[in-house]
Amino acid sequence: MSFIRKPKINYSGQRRNSLGLTVRDYEGGMSTLCAGCGHDSITSALVQAFFELEIEPHRVAKLSGIGCSSKTPAYFLSTAHGVNAVHGRMPAFATGANAAARDLYYIGVSGDGDSLSIGLGQFSHAMRRNLDMLYVIENNGVYGLTKGQFSASADVGSKAKKGEVNEQRPIDPVKTALAMGCGFVARSFSGDKQQLLPLLKAALKHRGFAMIDVLSPCVTFNDHEDSTKSYAHTRQFYHPAIDADFIAPREPIRAGYDEGQAVPIQLHDGSQVLLRKVAPDYDPTDRAAAFTYLQRCEQQGEIVTGLLYIESGRPTMHDINRSTATQLRDMPYEELNPGAAALAELQKRFR
Amino acid sequence: MSELVRVNDFVIKLANVNGTGSASANSLLMKAIFRMGVPVVGKNYFPSNIQGLPTWYEVRVTHEGYMARAGQVDVMVAMNAQTYAQDLAEVASGGYLVYDSTWPRTEQLQRDDVTILGVPLARMANENFEGARARILMKNVCYVGALAALLDLDLDIIRELLEQTFASKPQLVGANLKAIRLGYDYACEHFDCPLPLRVAALDATAGHIMIDGNTAAALGCLYAGATVGAWYPITPSTSLMDAFSVFCHRYRIDEQSGEKNFCIVQAEDELAAIGMVLGANWAGARAFTPTSGPGISLMSEFIGFAYFTEIPAVLFNVQRVGPSTGMPTRTQQGDLLSCAYASHGDTRHVLLFPANPQECFSTAVEAFDLAERLQTPVMVLSDLDIGMNDWMVPELQWDESYRPDRGKVLDAAELEQMEEFYRYVDRDGDAICARTLPGTHPRGAFFTRGSGHNEKGGYTEDAAEYQAIVDRLARKWETARTLVPPSIVEEQGSDIAILTIGSGDGAAREARAMLAARGLGFDYLRVRAFPFDAAVAGFIERHQRVYVVEQNRDAQLRTMLINDLAVDPEKLHPVLLYDGLPISAGSIVATIENDLARGAAA
Ligand SMILES: Cc1ncc(C[n+]2csc(CCOP(=O)(O)OP(=O)(O)O)c2C)c(N)n1
Ligand code: SF4
Ligand SMILES: [Mg+2]
Repeated sequence: MSFIRKPKINYSGQRRNSLGLTVRDYEGGMSTLCAGCGHDSITSALVQAFFELEIEPHRVAKLSGIGCSSKTPAYFLSTAHGVNAVHGRMPAFATGANAAARDLYYIGVSGDGDSLSIGLGQFSHAMRRNLDMLYVIENNGVYGLTKGQFSASADVGSKAKKGEVNEQRPIDPVKTALAMGCGFVARSFSGDKQQLLPLLKAALKHRGFAMIDVLSPCVTFNDHEDSTKSYAHTRQFYHPAIDADFIAPREPIRAGYDEGQAVPIQLHDGSQVLLRKVAPDYDPTDRAAAFTYLQRCEQQGEIVTGLLYIESGRPTMHDINRSTATQLRDMPYEELNPGAAALAELQKRFR
Repeated sequence: MSELVRVNDFVIKLANVNGTGSASANSLLMKAIFRMGVPVVGKNYFPSNIQGLPTWYEVRVTHEGYMARAGQVDVMVAMNAQTYAQDLAEVASGGYLVYDSTWPRTEQLQRDDVTILGVPLARMANENFEGARARILMKNVCYVGALAALLDLDLDIIRELLEQTFASKPQLVGANLKAIRLGYDYACEHFDCPLPLRVAALDATAGHIMIDGNTAAALGCLYAGATVGAWYPITPSTSLMDAFSVFCHRYRIDEQSGEKNFCIVQAEDELAAIGMVLGANWAGARAFTPTSGPGISLMSEFIGFAYFTEIPAVLFNVQRVGPSTGMPTRTQQGDLLSCAYASHGDTRHVLLFPANPQECFSTAVEAFDLAERLQTPVMVLSDLDIGMNDWMVPELQWDESYRPDRGKVLDAAELEQMEEFYRYVDRDGDAICARTLPGTHPRGAFFTRGSGHNEKGGYTEDAAEYQAIVDRLARKWETARTLVPPSIVEEQGSDIAILTIGSGDGAAREARAMLAARGLGFDYLRVRAFPFDAAVAGFIERHQRVYVVEQNRDAQLRTMLINDLAVDPEKLHPVLLYDGLPISAGSIVATIENDLARGAAA
């Protein structure tokens, strides 16, 4: 149950980051999800990512909607502010918060129901505005919290636990993000922390909207045979197209990379993403080609993963607005109020 | 026909086709009278349409400074053939009708008790101006010229107004003046000018301005220090954000860098607009959204969320006629209940009711203070009549010593001193708990959730813990009652009274004067907020009959009074005027007199 606080035991000798914090300092309350739920693995990858990026936990705003997936912000960064907004409307809340306080790290955690069914509109518009945030969709093809109905990401032919077969085409968050102009589009799997961790780190450091669709099996309602969102199915048809490694500023590029094949992408704070093509014909900087590639693989039933599209430098909501660098919430009132004389002056035109 | 001279007390109505540029001619007419020192009221009856449908503008000239629609028409300018018959029928006996005599008029459309004045407006415009658009526009200016002669308006003031309006396009001043002159000269030559109905200079508008409520509310947001605005366009609230944007572009852009001290987001819908407003307030900015009835319906889920999680927010509901899409360009007070109790579960929201544009300005500022003090959504309910019509009000004043009341927000230094912080602990006994902003201090962290939570902000399904929170919210309501703007009360010991709300004020006051002239003295109360302040219950208690004047079918204000104050329903007599037009004193008087007569007969 989420109101149980996890005891904080600091084992001496645990690794500390430059802030003097251990991984434990990035954890949250005890998870109340089902044992084996994919969402919990994503939570632990997030804890690791924030720890490794050495981000002060209280400088993060955690946001979510409603669903099992949306509960997870309570399970990491207990010293960060968090919000469970209403179902499908977290992007709007995040937009307003970011408008007011642009200096924080924003992470949204959502589900396939939350983002692709009830919240498809807000999800799309947040990308259109290029809100500066990491947006994780914990995708299990069902509504976990309401006990297993198909969501909009359910694949054609996938069978529900009660036997019903889905015949409607799925809404793919990755293709949706590509179509909406998103500048950082990735897919991963809750069971592949090695792939997920650098993606999360790169996404947190990406300036603009970074969408990661993480396949995250629901062990209770959608992990059976004939489900296309089960652990087994995902592992079988998993198709990494691009390997991404995250390299912090000043960190030397580790050996082992084949210089010719690795493409470094600069992020705004000096860190880099090193992309290595697993599929030789894949170009993660060509939106149209990415789309075509995804389409082709999808027809063969393959689940393409990795950092599938990246374009840094797209203007964010604040860039487009030409907002001051000072967070709006910190603007001194005296600078916001034009004063009595200005009021008298401007009323001349109402005479 | 009576030749009674009526100076500074009559109504001119202009019947036009929308999209023909008549608005600027009509406002020129009204401003000219205003600048002659004579109080005016302007009401725009426009269609929900862009071009080609009938539209009317009404100017009440009122030396007594009444604020309401008069409910009769003395001079009709009938520029729309489509509505000619209807317009002629509306003129009061002894009145006048001006029409464009370029084309012959149907013979049947005559009235013996109305003087018909034909002016060949189109012909004059066609002979004197080039280009189809200019001719249409100048035809309108021509009728202003004719009215100037008929009503004895000051041509120098008209010239001055034109010079100011077209300061940046001086070539237009000449053309407009020429059109004025054409109409003026024609009227002087063909009619006995001025008419017995006429304007004579007064000194009753000094220190006043003509402004609409949406513009004034936008100024209130600017002066209150709002930095984030989110909205989705909807009539009649759109001009509020338009005005805020104009003011922000003038006063909130850094001259050197060109950077903005504000962020206005045009949301994808109202669900998003309110979400953005809540996010911004949660993160510590003053943020607001203007909307109208359909928008409130969409926002309901988030409004309940904000109530339960105690996030401040300011909403403006510029009410229009419902239900559903209703009549988007007509006025009503039909959203009182849906705002008061918006969202599922036990919710109640603080509402503020400005009565005119001046109050839109001051109420906007109060709304932000109350929202942050009470940590709850505050809705300012105006309506189309206040929001979009130009009202004459005293010039807006600003008190330089004002500083925003940000309510109980703990900063890093305060958090540093504390052992522990819990979000929903009522330390001061006023049912308002301290909040923290994200990013301030690790100790300030808490989780905002619309699901059951306890004092510590933790998730709960515990019966007692849940109930403690909602019971505290009920106590917070009582705190709100002591903080909201008090009612306006005018009492002379009568046992009958009029009680009204918002834009009912002007008509109700005028009705009170009319009834007093007939020997019926009414006490008066206008509520300015929900919850109702302490004065209201006592006032109702002290009176035998209280006429509750409101602009909806179902007596929503009356229901709220009964709900919130447990007053005797028998005492509250509904006066319901809800046809979508701004209400007139006459209609209130008629309803009250009817009721009194019925009471006497019983
Ligand atoms: C307005 C509204 N409608 C319905 C619900 C019920 N509801 C809660 S969670 C949920 C679906 C969540 O699915 P998803 O986002 O995929 O999350 P998961 O539980 O699968 O992680 C629904 C329909 C709600 N909370 N609010
Ligand atoms: S129901 Fe499914 S999604 Fe929800 S916690 Fe259980 S396994 Fe996870
Ligand atoms: Mg799901």
